Amino acid sequence: MADDLRVPERTPAPGRPGPDMIRIEHVSKRFALRHARALKELVFAAMQRKKLAETFLALDDVDLSIRAGETVGLIGFNGSGKSTLLKTISGVLFPDRGRVLLRGRVAGLIEVGAGFHPDLSGRENVYLNGAILGMSREQIDAKFDEIVAFSEIEEFIDTDVKYYSSGMFLRLAFSVAVHTEPDIFLVDEILSVGDEPFQRKCLDRIRELQQAGRTMVIVSHELDMLEELCTRIVVLRRGRVVHDGDPGEAVRTLRTS
Amino acid sequence: MSEAEDRPAARAPARAEQDRGWRAPGQDAGWLNPLRERFLLVLLVKKELRVRYRGSVLGMLWSYVKPAVQFVVFYIALGVFLQLSKGDPAYAVYLFSGIVVINLFGEVFGNATRSITDNQALVSKIYLPSELFPWASMIVAFIHFVPQVLVLLVGAMLFGWSPTLVQLGALGMGIVILVVFTMGLGMITAALNAAFRDVENFVDLVVMVATWLSPVIYRITLVEEAIGGTVLYWLYVLNPLTIVVELFHAAFWRHLPPTIEVVAQDPAFASDHVVGLWWVGLVIATGTFVIGTVVFERRKRRFAQEL
Repeated sequence: MADDLRVPERTPAPGRPGPDMIRIEHVSKRFALRHARALKELVFAAMQRKKLAETFLALDDVDLSIRAGETVGLIGFNGSGKSTLLKTISGVLFPDRGRVLLRGRVAGLIEVGAGFHPDLSGRENVYLNGAILGMSREQIDAKFDEIVAFSEIEEFIDTDVKYYSSGMFLRLAFSVAVHTEPDIFLVDEILSVGDEPFQRKCLDRIRELQQAGRTMVIVSHELDMLEELCTRIVVLRRGRVVHDGDPGEAVRTLRTS
Repeated sequence: MSEAEDRPAARAPARAEQDRGWRAPGQDAGWLNPLRERFLLVLLVKKELRVRYRGSVLGMLWSYVKPAVQFVVFYIALGVFLQLSKGDPAYAVYLFSGIVVINLFGEVFGNATRSITDNQALVSKIYLPSELFPWASMIVAFIHFVPQVLVLLVGAMLFGWSPTLVQLGALGMGIVILVVFTMGLGMITAALNAAFRDVENFVDLVVMVATWLSPVIYRITLVEEAIGGTVLYWLYVLNPLTIVVELFHAAFWRHLPPTIEVVAQDPAFASDHVVGLWWVGLVIATGTFVIGTVVFERRKRRFAQEL
C-alpha cells in the first residue's frame, strides 16, 4: 500500500538472487477448529464443560528467507500449511509466534478473483482490484488498456462480471494482478485454471517477471510445472518444512513420501 | 498463545529494520486507514451502492419511499389516532426530524455491524485495511440520509422555517454526535459479529427499540412528567440519541412560528434543557468512538480466521 518504501535495487542479473525480500522467522500458527459458533451452543458447551475448540497447528516453526529474484514454490499435500503460509506473508493471517517481515509491494493472488464482485462490470472490477492490490487511480488509468489487452476480453469489459465465463473471469483477475508491478508476487493455485493458450501466456508473463528480478512465491499441486518454473522449492508437511532447495529433489521428496 | 505474543508490537520490525525498508505484512495506519486510502474507500462505497440496488427499478428512490411510508403510518397511527399531534400544529415536522435521526442511526449501526461478515470474500482472502468496510457502510448510510434531510427542510419551510446560525449549528452538532457515536458502536459490533453472528440480531433489536427510547414520537416533557428526577430519567436524557433527536428538534421544530405560539401560551410545552447537554453527547460519542476503535484494532487480525 505504501509506495514510498525504499526497496533495495532489483537483481541485475537474472538467476543470481539478491538481498532478502521476505523473512519468515520461526512462524507458528494454530487454528481453533471451533465447534460452536452461536451463543446458544457456547452456553450449552460451557454448562457441559465440553472442550470448546480443538486446535490444529497449521504452521510449526517455519523459518525461511526469500531473496529478491527467487521464484519459490511451496508444495505439500492438502492441509500441509501452504496456503496458510502464503496468507501469513500477504497479511491476511497473523502468526501466533514468530514474525514475518517483507519489503516492497506485495500482490497476493490468493484465489482467482477473490476481490471481484459479480455485480460490477469488468471495468469497475479492474479499478476495485487494482486499488485493493495497492495501485493509485493514476496508475490504474495508465495501465488500464494494457490490462484489458492482456486479458483479451475487450468487448466484454463493460459487462457485469456475473455474465463472464470462468475463463474470462480468470483472465481479467490474473491480468490485473500481474500489472500491479509488485515486488513480491504471491500466487495460490491459479495457473491450473484457464485454457492452454492462456495458461502459456500466464507462464510467459511470470517468466518476464522473473527476468525483471521480481520475487515470487507460488503454491501449486502441479509439480511438473513448478519444477520447471521455480528456482527453489519448499516442501511442507503438517506445517513443518521438510525440504528446502533444489526443485527436482523437492518434487521427488514429496512423491516418495 | 499468550497475550504478549498476540500483540502486534512484538511482530513489527525494529526501527533499524524499518530504515532498511522492512515492514510486517498487514502493518498499516490503523484507524487512520480510511483517510489514507480514500481512493479505495470511494470504490468500496460505489460497490456497496451498486450491490444494494442491483436489479431494482426504483434504485435510490427507495431511500425516499421507505421513510415516507414510515412517516405516514406513524403520523396517522400516533398523531391522529393516539392524538399525540393534538395541540402541536407542527407535529409532522417534529415527528419527521426524529425519524430521520433514528433512520441514520439504524442504517449506520446495522450496516457497519454487517460490514465485515458481508465482505467475507475480501477479508479472508486478500489483505486490505479492514477499517475501510465499516467506514464505507457509514458513508453509504449518509448518502441515504441526505435526501431525507432535504425533504425535512422543505417540510419545515412549509411551516415557516427560517433558520438562524444557532439552529444550523444544532443540526451540524447533532449529525456529528450521531455519526461519531454510531460508528463507535458499529465498530465494536462489526468486530464481534465476525466471531458471533448473534450480534447482528441484537443490533436489530437495539435499532427497533431506539425509536421508542428517544423522544421521536412523543414530547420529552411527557417523559419528565412521568419519571422526572429519577435515575431512569437521567439515563434516558444522557442517551446520546435523545440528545441528538432534541438537537434536531431545536434545529427544525422548536423555533417554527406555530411552535413558538404554543410555547408562549404554555411554557411547559417544550423544554430546552436537553439541548444544553450537547457537550455531554459529544463526550460520550467520542468516548464510544475511541473504545470502538480500540476493540476493532485488537480484533481485526483475527477476522480472516474467524470468518
